[in-house]
Parts: sequence; C-alpha cells; structure tokens
Amino acid sequence: MCDLAAIINIIGKETARLILGLIGVLIVVVVNALVLTWVERKVSGHMQKRIGPKEVGPYGLIQPFADGLKLLGKELLTPANVDKPLYYLAPVIVFIPVLVSFIVIPFDGFLQVKDINVGILVILAFSSLSVLSILIAGWGSNNKYSLIGATRSVAQNIAYEIPLLLSLLPVAFMANSLSLRDIVEVQRQGWFVWRWQFFAFLIYFIAATAETNRTPFDLPEAESELVAGFHTEYSGMRFALFFLAEYTNIFIASAIATTFFLGGYLGPVLPGIVWFFIKTYFLVFVIMWFRWTFPRVRFDQLLNFSWKILIPVAFANLILTGGILKL
Amino acid sequence: MVKDVIIGAISLIKGMGVTIKAFFSPVVTVQYPRETINITPRFRGHTKLVADPEDPEKTSCIVCGMCERNCPSNSIKVEGEKKEGEKKKTLKRYILNFTTCSHCGLCVETCPVDALAFSADYNPADFKKETFYYDLMLEFEKRKKR
Repeated sequence: MCDLAAIINIIGKETARLILGLIGVLIVVVVNALVLTWVERKVSGHMQKRIGPKEVGPYGLIQPFADGLKLLGKELLTPANVDKPLYYLAPVIVFIPVLVSFIVIPFDGFLQVKDINVGILVILAFSSLSVLSILIAGWGSNNKYSLIGATRSVAQNIAYEIPLLLSLLPVAFMANSLSLRDIVEVQRQGWFVWRWQFFAFLIYFIAATAETNRTPFDLPEAESELVAGFHTEYSGMRFALFFLAEYTNIFIASAIATTFFLGGYLGPVLPGIVWFFIKTYFLVFVIMWFRWTFPRVRFDQLLNFSWKILIPVAFANLILTGGILKL
Repeated sequence: MVKDVIIGAISLIKGMGVTIKAFFSPVVTVQYPRETINITPRFRGHTKLVADPEDPEKTSCIVCGMCERNCPSNSIKVEGEKKEGEKKKTLKRYILNFTTCSHCGLCVETCPVDALAFSADYNPADFKKETFYYDLMLEFEKRKKR
C-alpha cells in the first residue's frame, strides 16, 4: 500500500487515476464482450424457442471462455497476396476508438475515467475511426467479399453518422453542455426521452444500430451474400479483436443512448452504476431483439431511409429545439 | 411517404411483439439422448409379432406365408412346424431382413390374422449388417418375458 501511495505521489493523482481507469476500462471491455457473446447466443436461442448454450458450465456460462481459449489457440493465418501492413494494422486500429470512447462514459456520479468538457465530441470523432479500420481490413484482405463489405460499411456509416450527430445535438442544446456528466445531471429533472426528445431518441437508436452494423442494417457482414464481410479472411485472435470491438461498440452505442436520453446513472434506491448497467443492457437486449425480428434491408432502402427520412426529421427536430430554446 | 413510415413502424412493432412472445414461451428443444419424445402410434419401425388376444403366450401367426409372398423385396422368411396333437402349424422362426425392408407395410396389411404390427423402435444402429436379420419370434419371446 505504501509503495502505491509513493507511486501516486510521483506520477501525480490525475495520471494515477487515468492509468487505473484504463485498466478498469480494459477489464470492462473484455468482461462485457464475454457476457454479451453469451447473452447474444442465449437470446438468439430463446427467440427461436431453443435453449442456447448449456453444456459448458451452469447455463453454459463458461462457453465464452471456451470460445476465447479456442480463438487464442488458433493459428493466425495470413492469406497469400494480402496487403500485409494494412492487414496486420486493421485489428489493432479497430480497438482504439473503442477504448477511447470508454474514457468519457460516466458509469456513476464519480465513476468516470475523465470528464472532458467535449466528451460527446470525443466519442463521435473516435467512433468514426472504426470505419477506417473496417475499410483497411476489407482493402487489405485481397478478397472480393471483404472489399464489398468494407465499401458498403463506409457508405452506410457516412449516411448514418449524420442523423446520429443531429439527434444528439438537441440534447446538448437543452443541457447546455457537451460533457456527458453534465448531460446526465441535467436529467435529474426528467429524462430527455420524455422531455421533448423522443424522436431524437428513436433516430439515435436507429442510426446507432446502423453504425454498429447490426441487423437490420448488417449489410457490411451480410452472411448470406458476403460470407462474413470485412473480416472474412481473419482468423484466431485477429478475428477475436474484431468480434470484441463489435460487441463493445454495441455497448458504447447503448451507453450513449442511456446517458443522453435515459438519465444515465440516475435512478431510485439502487446505486447509480447498477442503474446505468440495467438501462444499457436493456438497450443491448433491444438491439438483439431487432436482430431476430427484422429482415435485412436492401442497400438502396438503407441509404434512402437515412437521407430521405432520418436526416430531414433530425434536422427539423434540431431546428425546432433550437428555436424553442431561443424563445 | 408519412403514411408509409407510420404503417412500417406499426408493422415493425407488431413483429417485435411476435419475437418477444417467442422469447418468453417455453423452449421446444428435446435434449435427445437424455430425453425422448413419445413415438406416434402410426410410426413405422420394423414389424413385430403381436400376441394372440386369446392366448397372450403365443402369436396368432398361422404360418400361411402371405407376408413372405407379398414382400416386394423378399425380406421375409417364415418357418413353421406342425407340432403333434395340434391342428394348426406353429411359427418356429420369422426372419426379417431389415437391411432390405422398405417399411411398405404390405406384410402387415395382408396378414389374415393381424399377427403383425409396426414397432416403435426408431433408432436401430450397428456396425454389422447381420444385426439387422431380425428373428421376430425371438424378439417376441423376449418381449413376453418382460
């Protein structure tokens, strides 16, 4: 303990907090991905009246560990004629935005790695980086399916980033801040879903589903057409990194929705962090629920929906909110 | 346009209702080796000999050979013997070559005394083909003992 205090004295409190926070974030990322793979398979099973994993451990709870071990033990296969630097870089890049986004998410009143006063900008700026990694992976793989998946992903992400931004802006207007913590604290008077921003919430959630490449917007990895899309050629731990990033992205998208519209860590009786995770995982469940309900949209439908419906509605909502606040 | 969006949204919500109902309804999976479902009465397994309703110790087979003659794949061999002091022939051996049987049921249909029926034995498996030259008489005796 004494040593720890000495170390903190040397590097400074703020740095120590940051390092501890990053370690915590890494743990949360991995545990969350493990839990979500299990939940995904269980939910998938029960939505089809099946059982889902049940053999490994009680209720199949050890299954994600078994899968993780399997992926760790697999050979890292590099296909012939890939663009090697890009091919190796993509799974690493995919992880950066994921980790950075976690820093500003307020899990509880004090449980936040760093409260940056442009928090939401950090998340939005870095989450668009994940598109880059998908593009690099698709381009570097020397595989037609990967490339098609990657280009689709880019078009989709460009189209849906705009309504995503436009649906978060009115909330920032109302809260008069870009810091996630302030936005949660403002919601002590009532969640933003019920305070005029219901449509913004809907638009955000639809756009977030598209951003995370989930069904019904999973064209970049449409199994029936593109094998696995951009990560077709990846195996072993490289594939696992994409997988991990995908599930963490779902978590982040749901966490932002919780923070912006559902009052974040606010809630009665239970501690804030529990409320935060309940709300976030409920939204994650809804995304999985989407997966087993909606068929995949066609590509023109996907783009039309964003440009012709989501963006105009989001704009109207933004102008309306701004106007009313000005009055 | 607006109408389309509203109708679409309603249909999406309806669809989500369907899946959440499925989510909370009980699973239909049967964990096969550990639990089995009841075989339906019309299931066609291999044929089996039925006990005589008057004398459950014996089959009602009269060794007429109708099944043997009607079998389209020549899978049946019936052997009978005439015991002393009895009017009718009694069945000694009933060999069913299950490897060529096509479950057509002509033997069951043509049997004049309804001595044959389908069993519910749905999972016979073995490495040797000789296992499937069933002696239905032996099988009948075994069932009787149980």
